[in-house]
Amino acid sequence: MPFQSTVGDYQTVATLETFGFLPPMSQEEIYDQIAYIIAQGWSPVIEHVHPSGSMQSYWSYWKLPFFGEKDLNVVVNELEACHRAYPDHHVRMVGYDAYTQSQGTAFVVFQGR
Amino acid sequence: MSKKYDAGVKEYRDTYWTPDYVPLDTDLLACFKCTGQEGVPREEVAAAVAAESSTGTWSTVWSELLTDLEFYKGRCYRIEDVPGDKESFYAFIAYPLDLFEEGSITNVLTSLVGNVFGFKALRHLRLEDIRFPMAFIKTCGGPPNGIVVERDRLNKYGRPLLGCTIKPKLGLSGKNYGRVVYECLRGGLDLTKDDENINSQPFQRWRERFEFVAEAVKLAQQETGEVKGHYLNCTATTPEEMYERAEFAKELDMPIIMHDYITGGFTANTGLANWCRKNGMLLHIHRAMHAVIDRHPKHGIHFRVLAKCLRLSGGDQLHTGTVVGKLEGDRQTTLGYIDNLRESFVPEDRTRGNFFDQDWGSMPGVFAVASGGIHVWHMPALLAIFGDDSCLQFGGGTHGHPWGSAAGAAANRVALEACVKARNAGREIEKESRDILMEAAKHSPELAIALETWKEIKFEFDTVDKLDVQ
Repeated sequence: MPFQSTVGDYQTVATLETFGFLPPMSQEEIYDQIAYIIAQGWSPVIEHVHPSGSMQSYWSYWKLPFFGEKDLNVVVNELEACHRAYPDHHVRMVGYDAYTQSQGTAFVVFQGR
Repeated sequence: MSKKYDAGVKEYRDTYWTPDYVPLDTDLLACFKCTGQEGVPREEVAAAVAAESSTGTWSTVWSELLTDLEFYKGRCYRIEDVPGDKESFYAFIAYPLDLFEEGSITNVLTSLVGNVFGFKALRHLRLEDIRFPMAFIKTCGGPPNGIVVERDRLNKYGRPLLGCTIKPKLGLSGKNYGRVVYECLRGGLDLTKDDENINSQPFQRWRERFEFVAEAVKLAQQETGEVKGHYLNCTATTPEEMYERAEFAKELDMPIIMHDYITGGFTANTGLANWCRKNGMLLHIHRAMHAVIDRHPKHGIHFRVLAKCLRLSGGDQLHTGTVVGKLEGDRQTTLGYIDNLRESFVPEDRTRGNFFDQDWGSMPGVFAVASGGIHVWHMPALLAIFGDDSCLQFGGGTHGHPWGSAAGAAANRVALEACVKARNAGREIEKESRDILMEAAKHSPELAIALETWKEIKFEFDTVDKLDVQ
C-alpha cells in the first residue's frame, strides 16, 4: 500500500474515561445525563480530585451521596457548588446502583487544570 | 425389597419413561431435541436417551441389583412436539444430583452428551438446555471476578467495554505485535486481545509477546490517563505450560489473561479460573470450535448450554456472537443466553430459547463479548442489543481505518460514547442511528473517515439455526 498524503497524524489524548472522547457537553446535555441517573433509580454522587490524582480509585466525595434525591435542580446546584469550591479540580457525576452494588455510570462534568 | 435377576433385554421405556414424575429442586434437568429412526416410538427413544445418559446400558445386568437404581436413574418425565417439525420432539429428562461430581462441568457433560450421541436408534440428538439446580451451582467456583469486580478494576462505568483483536492474527514478531497493541490502546480502546490462534509459535514465542505487550499497555495507560489491558492468551499445550504463562502475566502486572475453553477443555478452564480467583487476575474466554458443536439445528449442543457451562466453570468475559456481524446468531436466541451469562435469575421463555427457569443465586455475571465483522455503523444496534455489560470488539473495524489503528480506535470510541449519550438522553438509537453517528462525526475526523470507509459493508445472510417457534 503506497503512502497517501491524505493520512492524518493521530495524536494521543489524555482522557477521563466515559465520554472522554466527546466534545464538552452543553448544560442541557449534562442535565439529560443526570436525569438518566435519577430515572434509573440510582443515587447521584459528586466526586472531585486534583488532576494529579485522577487515576486513584477514590476521589473525594462532595458531601455525601445524595441518596433518594429525585430533584434534578438539587443535583445540578450541588455540582456547581462543588465546582466553585474546587475550581481547579476534576468534578465527576456518579450514579450508585445499589442493586448491582456498582456504579451505574460515572463521567467528568468539569475538568480541572 | 430384593428383586430377582431376570437376564435379557427390556424396553427402555419400562424403566426410564416416567410421565408421572415430578422433578425435584435438586434434580439436574435437561431438554433434548430427539430425532429417532423411523418406526421407533417417541417414548422408547426418549427413555433410551435418559437411560444411556445415566445408569442404563442395552442389557439387563446382574450387578444393578447390588444398588438401588430407582435412586440413581435419569427419568424422562415429559415429551413435547417441536413446533413446525413433525420428525423431531423434545424430551425432558431429570437426573438425580448424586450422578455428578461436585463442581465438575466435565463430569456433567461426559454423562449428558457422552455415548448417547452415537446411539443407533437416534438419527439426531441435540442438547437444547440444562437447568442446573442451585445445589450444584453452589459447588462451582464460577467467574473468578465477575462483572462488578471487572468494572472496578478497569474503572469503566456506564458503557460497554471497547476492544479489538490484534491483526494480522498470525505472523507478527513480538515487538511489531506490541506496537499494534500500543496503537489501539493509545487511540482509545480499553482492551486488546490475542487472537485465539496465537499461543507460542515459532514466529513469536509467548514470553516475547508478553513482555512487549506489557510495555505497550503500561505506556498507553501513562499517556492516556485511563486503565488499559490486553488479554494475554495462556491457552497452551499442557496445564503446566498454561500456569507458567499465567504466572508470568501476573509478574508483569497485567490485569487480564485469556483461555480458549472448548479446545482447551473444561478441566483446564476450571483450573485456570481457580488460579485467576486466587491471583486477582481477570479471565477472558474464547470459544473456538463451538460452531462445530452448536450450529446444526438437530444435532449437537446448543450454545446456551455451553454458555451456562462456562459461567459455572469460570470466566469473566465470553464471546457470544454479534447478531449483526459476519458470524451466525439470531437476536432473540442471543438475548436468551446472554441473560444466562449476566442475570441472577432467568425465567423460562421459549421465544428466547430458554426451556427452564434458571436461578443463578449469588454467582457473579460474565461480560458478553461481541466480536467478528462489526464496524462503526453497527454501533447503535450493538449497544441496543448487548447493553452496557458487554465488550464490543472491532478487529477489521479498527485496523482497517485509512489512518491506522489508533485513529480506528478513536473512531470507535467516539461512536460508542455518542450512542451511549444519546440513549441516556432518551433517543431511539437504532432508529436514529444515522443521525447520531453523523452528528458525532462533525467533531471527529477519524469517525467521519470510518463511516465513509465501511458504509457499504453488510452481512445479511439468513440464520442456519433458528428458534423452534411459529
